[in-house]
Amino acid sequence: MRYLPHTPEEIASMLATIGTKSLDGLFDSVPADCRMTDPWPLPAPKSEWELNDHLGQLAGTMRLGPNAKVLVGAGSYHHYIPETVRNLAGRSEFLTAYTPYQPELAQGTLQGIFEYQTLTARLLGMDVVNASMYDGASALAEALLMGLRIAKKKRTVAVSKAIHPHYRAAARAYLAPAAYEVIELEVLANGRTDLSGLANRDDIAAVALQSPNFFGVIEDLETASAAIHDAGALCITCFTEPLAYGLLKNPGQCGADIVCGEGQSFGISRSYGGPGLGMFGCKQAFTRNLPGRLVGETKDLEGRRGYVLTLATREQHIRREKATSNICSNQGICAMTAGMYMASLGGTGIRQLARLNYDKTQYLKEALIKAGATIPFAGPVFNEFVAEFPQDFRPAHARLLAKDIVAGLELSALYPQMAGRYLFCVTETIDKQTLDTIAAEVRA
Amino acid sequence: MKELDELNLPGNLGYTDDHEWAQITGKTVRIGVSDYAQDQLGDIVFVELPAVGDSFGKGDEFGTLESVKAVSELYMPMSGEVVAVNTALMDSPELINQDPYDAAWIIEIKPSDPSEYQQLHKAAAYLDLLKG
Repeated sequence: MRYLPHTPEEIASMLATIGTKSLDGLFDSVPADCRMTDPWPLPAPKSEWELNDHLGQLAGTMRLGPNAKVLVGAGSYHHYIPETVRNLAGRSEFLTAYTPYQPELAQGTLQGIFEYQTLTARLLGMDVVNASMYDGASALAEALLMGLRIAKKKRTVAVSKAIHPHYRAAARAYLAPAAYEVIELEVLANGRTDLSGLANRDDIAAVALQSPNFFGVIEDLETASAAIHDAGALCITCFTEPLAYGLLKNPGQCGADIVCGEGQSFGISRSYGGPGLGMFGCKQAFTRNLPGRLVGETKDLEGRRGYVLTLATREQHIRREKATSNICSNQGICAMTAGMYMASLGGTGIRQLARLNYDKTQYLKEALIKAGATIPFAGPVFNEFVAEFPQDFRPAHARLLAKDIVAGLELSALYPQMAGRYLFCVTETIDKQTLDTIAAEVRA
Repeated sequence: MKELDELNLPGNLGYTDDHEWAQITGKTVRIGVSDYAQDQLGDIVFVELPAVGDSFGKGDEFGTLESVKAVSELYMPMSGEVVAVNTALMDSPELINQDPYDAAWIIEIKPSDPSEYQQLHKAAAYLDLLKG
């Protein structure tokens, strides 16, 4: 559905109907000293040529141009975006500030979101996936709240310290005002989460793990979900890199009850950190507790296939303060984009791309080990890993940066005890030559 | 929507302000919702039941009824421990619309204070309440 602003004739007609002479008359009740009287301090308009030139100059002032090789993931991943996705997602029927849900006139949008839900449910091994949340961090917070709703009387949740620190911060911000307790689980020497503390507890509503986790290590979700269920808790898994499930057994098959995470990898550019896409799904049994919007497929009176928002009784406009979340908005265009991305690659394409990420990551990992680096966490990884160097890596990092290569993220800002360790991410956008250059600088 | 005089309000039940009914069945008490409640809600599509063994005080929320247009919480007419839940409602919530009494009881409790039944409205008083 297109969004069209009102024409001057329509505005005049509406003003005449309510008996006001001018648009300013609408704001008469706002005290004069509260109103902005000066015009916006904006420069004069530019022609298209001038504007392109201006933006090009601004882009040139950035430290990293579009050709930089970025080996930093840590929650935001640099992937190639197929032109089909860019083209489809840019269509004006989809690209509006408002996501239209009225089934009478938004069948295209509703079907697009339904397809996104279906593809994501298959990828994650979940029965139901909602129409999206804001981002991975808020999705984790909502998943923990959902776990507490299902458990009813319990007030404690546990999260792994190997979950992205920003996600844990968002979860604490959500849960603290309701006086829920969030306990954090330590990380073992192999980089996986230590679940031994759960054995003698029965007061935990839900336990959340990230896989692949912040250090890139793939958690043993099957063993973990069994231990979590033995403790009478729900198993929540989250992710920052959904591409991993092109290769790994999906969380649903591993026993997860709720899966949530960030979908930016699927056709959404990094854009300095936003917007993201909160992917969120659960097993059938928990559908009534699912937050967010949900599009369903149905038939109209004449038996034709149609799409409509469903299970809306969970939502705030019906359920008031007992709504399963107060997010009835979502990342409509981002979900649509991710759906287009998944459909463009197909199951085989996603598997091949995941394999490419995995292989390139293994290549760099082995090259760094040969160059003298050590890998502190022995657990298996997907497209990220942590490395440690025999001598200070900062000079090599600076030399690589001069060659427009961002060689990993130093971890001390997020994990102070890990100063000197670097988190590397290798996606399909990084070529072999870049990986060899990094290994050579480590040796130098 | 039914006229108030068309409502079926059996005389052998006690009613609450929140439109639940309670029926003494030997040592236990069955609890459901009134004809007025089901009629106001419309087609009921989901019933959320408590677990057997849960204990609730009088007035506590023990479950939820969801219709196509609204959600309504269920409140205990009397305090007690849940000894049975009507699992037939999980697959056939429409039973409550068909006949909100007898087959559409929702939970059965062992009351912790049977005298609380005396505080519930008789059918005639409940109807007066509805008429305002």
